[in-house]
Amino acid sequence: MARITAGVATSHVPAIGAALDNGRSAEPYWKPLFAGYEFSKQWVSRQKPDVAVLVYNDHASAFSLDIVPTFAIGCSAAFQPADEGWGPRPVPVVEGHPELASHIAQSVIQQDFDLTIINRMDVDHGLTVPMSLMFGQPERWPIRVIPLAVNVVLFPPPSGRRCFELGKAIRRAVDSFDEDLNVQVWGTGGMSHQLQGPRAGLINKEWDNRWLDRLIDDPDALAQMPHIEYLREAGSEGVELVMWLIMRGALDAKVRTVHRFYHVPASNTAVGHVILENGS
Amino acid sequence: MALEKPYSDIPGTVIFDADQARKGYHLNQFCMSLMKPDNRTRFKRDERAYVDEWPMSEDQKRGVLARDYNRMIELGGNIYFLAKLFSTDGKSFQYTAATMTGMTQEAYATMMLNGGRSPEGNRCVGETSARAGCEKEGK
Repeated sequence: MARITAGVATSHVPAIGAALDNGRSAEPYWKPLFAGYEFSKQWVSRQKPDVAVLVYNDHASAFSLDIVPTFAIGCSAAFQPADEGWGPRPVPVVEGHPELASHIAQSVIQQDFDLTIINRMDVDHGLTVPMSLMFGQPERWPIRVIPLAVNVVLFPPPSGRRCFELGKAIRRAVDSFDEDLNVQVWGTGGMSHQLQGPRAGLINKEWDNRWLDRLIDDPDALAQMPHIEYLREAGSEGVELVMWLIMRGALDAKVRTVHRFYHVPASNTAVGHVILENGS
Repeated sequence: MALEKPYSDIPGTVIFDADQARKGYHLNQFCMSLMKPDNRTRFKRDERAYVDEWPMSEDQKRGVLARDYNRMIELGGNIYFLAKLFSTDGKSFQYTAATMTGMTQEAYATMMLNGGRSPEGNRCVGETSARAGCEKEGK
């Protein structure tokens, strides 16, 4: 049977990808950031996951304003890195897992989550930067990926509660898949940041860290947090954090924190990163 | 009944909601078109001619040509769409964010290195101390 063994959460700042792609990761500005992922790269190479359900948001790359799905699941065999205006990132093609993706789609729709099915889609920095942080710069990604795109660009995103419950539905779907697979769920985006207007540059370290504490130990209550608190406390783009609740919902109620990292700044953004293992 | 917008009192912030998206539809779709190299080339060759191909308002077109990001956001632009425009110019998110704050690039970068802009006094217009005056309700 397939099983979800762990969750990974990380910010997905585009400048991190650019720093890596342009060979600047050893510069003093970036070194402490990448140092926070050294453990993670070793951990993931030991864990050898087969598949990651990678929760992220598209940044006006695959989805224009013509169609804005709240939740969309990528069911194709491959996803190309998107051209976001400066050419595609020089990273490998992302290989999907069409069988498990289709199984999850069917299962969670039957659990009342109306996912949009995507059979052709390019993936932007929201998905590829977390891959780079966890795997570095390989010729081929060592894992298959099921992209789960969440709308957090056009307000309102789904509620934290809805995201947390979707995570639980994904857990049930994976648990009922016959093939023997080691599956991780990744949540990406955040933490506090605002990229627009005179308030740009907002960072809230205390709030971010309290949020991380609650994500680990009290996710059920955290999922009740209304959007307005994210907007006020963590900036207009900080609301991306609801995506981490999908990852958390897919894990056990009690988890082991095997890694936790927080760093300011990466460009305009506070970077948070946790790795949680199912305990049992 | 009008949509509830508890976020309208957040200073220096425009939330990209359904109303903004409706106003900014063509502006944002213009930005999306710059994901294609051929379109970037045509835009760079004659910006005015290229924006005239889009049914944007004259104010939106002026905002684009002036690279006035606060104005574009006010007129319905969203930062992730506008990113295609500043990427076409070879500019970064940090460069563009700094221009919107009225700070110099250097001052903005220094602020970020020192931990970013504090939320204190920035949660809502009229916030006095520790969120006392900010509405917490809403979805």
